[in-house]
Amino acid sequence: MATSTTTVPNASPSAGSRSFISRLKDGDEIARIITFLFAASVVLITILLVLQLWHDSGLARAKFGIKFFVRQVWDPTNDDFGALTFVYGTLVTSGIGLLIAVPLGLGAAIFLAELAPQKISDTLQFFIDLLAAVPSVIYGLLGIFIVVPLMRVYVQPALKGTLGFLPLFQGPPFGVGFLTAGIVLAIMVIPYIISVSREVLLSVPRDQREAALALGSTRWESTWKVVVPFARSGIMGSIFLALARALGETMAVTMVVGNTPTISASLLSPGYSIAAVIANELPEASGVYLQALVELGLVLFVFTFILNGFARLLLVLTTQKGSGMGHV
Amino acid sequence: MNPRLRWRKFVSNFMLTLTGVCAAVAVSALFFILGYLVYHGGASINWDFFTKLPAPVGESGGGMANAIVGSAKLLLLASLIGIPIGFFGGIYMAEFSNSSIASVVRFAADLLNGVPSIVIGIFAYTVAVLPFKHFSTWAGGLALGIMMIPITLRSTEEFLHSVPRALREGAMALGASRWRTIITVVVPAAYRGIMTAILLALARVAGETAPLLFTALGNRFWSPGWNQPTASLPAMIYSYALSAFEDWHRQAWAAGLVLLALILIVNIFARVILARGTAVPRS
Amino acid sequence: MKRFTGLLLVVLAVGGFVLAQNALLINGAGASFPYPIYSKWFDEYHKSNSSVQINYQSVGSGAGIKQATDGTVDFGASDGPMSDEQLKAYSDKHGSALLHFPTVLGAVVPTYNIPGVDATLKFTPEALAGIFLGKVTKWNDPLIAGPNKGVNLPANDIVVVHRSDGSGTTYVFTDYLSKVSEEWKGKVNKGTTVTWPVGLGGKGNEGVTGLVKQTPNSIGYVELIYAAKNNVAFGSVKNAAGEFLKADLAGVSEAAAGAAKTMPDDFRVSITNSPGKKAYPISSFTWLLIPAKFSDTAKRDAMKGFLKWAITDGQKDTEELAYAKLPKEVVAKELKAIESIQ
Repeated sequence: MATSTTTVPNASPSAGSRSFISRLKDGDEIARIITFLFAASVVLITILLVLQLWHDSGLARAKFGIKFFVRQVWDPTNDDFGALTFVYGTLVTSGIGLLIAVPLGLGAAIFLAELAPQKISDTLQFFIDLLAAVPSVIYGLLGIFIVVPLMRVYVQPALKGTLGFLPLFQGPPFGVGFLTAGIVLAIMVIPYIISVSREVLLSVPRDQREAALALGSTRWESTWKVVVPFARSGIMGSIFLALARALGETMAVTMVVGNTPTISASLLSPGYSIAAVIANELPEASGVYLQALVELGLVLFVFTFILNGFARLLLVLTTQKGSGMGHV
Repeated sequence: MNPRLRWRKFVSNFMLTLTGVCAAVAVSALFFILGYLVYHGGASINWDFFTKLPAPVGESGGGMANAIVGSAKLLLLASLIGIPIGFFGGIYMAEFSNSSIASVVRFAADLLNGVPSIVIGIFAYTVAVLPFKHFSTWAGGLALGIMMIPITLRSTEEFLHSVPRALREGAMALGASRWRTIITVVVPAAYRGIMTAILLALARVAGETAPLLFTALGNRFWSPGWNQPTASLPAMIYSYALSAFEDWHRQAWAAGLVLLALILIVNIFARVILARGTAVPRS
Repeated sequence: MKRFTGLLLVVLAVGGFVLAQNALLINGAGASFPYPIYSKWFDEYHKSNSSVQINYQSVGSGAGIKQATDGTVDFGASDGPMSDEQLKAYSDKHGSALLHFPTVLGAVVPTYNIPGVDATLKFTPEALAGIFLGKVTKWNDPLIAGPNKGVNLPANDIVVVHRSDGSGTTYVFTDYLSKVSEEWKGKVNKGTTVTWPVGLGGKGNEGVTGLVKQTPNSIGYVELIYAAKNNVAFGSVKNAAGEFLKADLAGVSEAAAGAAKTMPDDFRVSITNSPGKKAYPISSFTWLLIPAKFSDTAKRDAMKGFLKWAITDGQKDTEELAYAKLPKEVVAKELKAIESIQ
């Protein structure tokens, strides 16, 4: 890291405090001030953003209080709003997404970190990184024209036929719905799980693996029972990151979720998510309606903030562990 | 070989093959996506698509020329906001600041990075559209620029950090002042990495739709200047895909192909050519 | 590289300004109901008046009303007339009124997609209310099958599709349902946004048509041209006089005939469930929401010019797009009202 002793004005031969003007003439001070202003603007923008969200949801917060989160109503004609349906939909779709993406992603990460030779691992990782770059609206496009018909014609009827007795698979096969949105989300967040988990697995010290193998374990056993647990917090971190991404996903979800505020045990049911309802209804909302939507945005923001924070914490913990401090 | 060992070996091979299958599935997703886009959109990419304005509803033909230019203008604005703030802020973080200020800025940047794009859209709507009573290109550019800031900031800081101390100290030993050192020695050394990060950030915001929904809105015509609503590729894809006109679906596929192709090309360029040797930071 | 980016920046900046030439750009947003004819009109008007570009975004009547009230667009459009409170909100904010100008007449049709059923289904008001209330759940329900003897209706579940955004089309449809069904009026009532008992949400008329087209056994409500032009079947509706009518221009014009003579000064009127013998029951005017006072005289003159053109010459485009012309009396009254725009 560059010298951290920058509280001293600059490294000039006549060190020690000089008058502000003469320091100014030096150019270094100007550079520092200018760059400081830019850095400060980042903090300013962030503060402004949070304040704006808080301020613009004031009426709604005052009117509904904490009950906002447990009520299911969403009635723009009578200005009565509750967030429960959207929180439910957001959590269900993201949950399904993770349920699919975590095993797949972890499996792929294990393959890339443990089995594949370096060149192949790097090439495949390159493609995974490209997958992460595909924009949300393109997932939505493919969702509407490829995934939804597939779901409606093949997958959902098949699920109903075999597992239809479960409350999870009730109702007509619309094609759109919680399950479809979850599947699209899964594809979107897999790259995050893979790339972070792969890094974390790669950073597990060799002696851990070698010790296990020396004791007679098979490749798989050493991976699954030693390496992966060692990297556990980092992998959890990647899951949190993926979850944070899934929660905030707007376009792909609104194009395949059905846009109906419903709470239903059935995965085949259409639903709604926080981001989707904001996208659909903000342009026509005013007064308390608008503020309720902004409050939903605030809720989403806080969720993702906390998740990202945890993720970062876990990742830091893992890298610290890499220096051989043993299990946490 | 005792049966237990045989079983364990079988499980081992089986599970490891399974992980290979997982990796294959994940990677093939990319090729499926590309394949579908090429299949559905390839035939519709013609000269008209790039040069004509959208035709009236229900009439086939027309193109997305205004959306392509609109996206370009939005990206230009986004870079004007995202690059300077991120770049100079990163310089401050790496070269001038003390650790407490740096951690505050870093925290703010991480916060901003985690904000869902729709929430950034809400912010831009309340700050850049409502008070001015106008949907505009610059409001859209503002939203996208804010999304770029954390990426460019963190990347600049990281790449500047990675420049070896010896380089800095050498320059300063020769009598150069801090800022001279930074401009002539440190930044050029980190140049590749920073450019890579900037290009990746641009590719990322190029595909964003949600923040544009309430800022740039949309436009069936050319958007003059910066103060009017503008069409953009992602927004067109969204509205055309949701419609019922076959012709609009066809155009949505074509636009999707063009958008993805551009994004992938920039990504490949940045990661392969530019970043030769430099470690690319996690997006 | 630096020189290249510098050059690029200059070119783009210049380009941005060059394109900001003498074309006057007016922005409007609102109903998707009249979007097909509006986009045709704006395109045609621009061809003959190249200095005027009117950019209309189909975002739904609800958003159109809101954005016109906020002033973020120059004019709005809606097929649900604004309520008194909404009008007051506008005048409180701007100090002048927002005026309604009817442009065309259109019809809302029940559009469906039943595999194997090609016939034009006949819907009674009870059937429609029952379906959208969620009480009639299968296609072979007696309420639907009754008037449709001879049609082989399957025992499939009905998939209801409605609007997910604030919509004038919703207003027209729910206005009709409120008039013909006490239960609907009590439970759901009318509005640009209502709490739908069942169904999937599609965005805009486009979205609903798209969903119905892609979802077997579905039914939705859309403006006539969306069903007609996209080859999605739509049914006939029983009107107040007891006849089953499939939406067409004659039926819509007849629905408006009575209202034309008694048109209020602010042009806000509902023509659903009209008494005429051949009146199509789910008809409606659609309005452009124009400020009574413009701060920009160029825009004002352009809008006045466009309006005058639209309600006179522009009406020739209506038929091929399945909208009905405005009645003569209404046009005459509007021309006078246009003059009052400042």
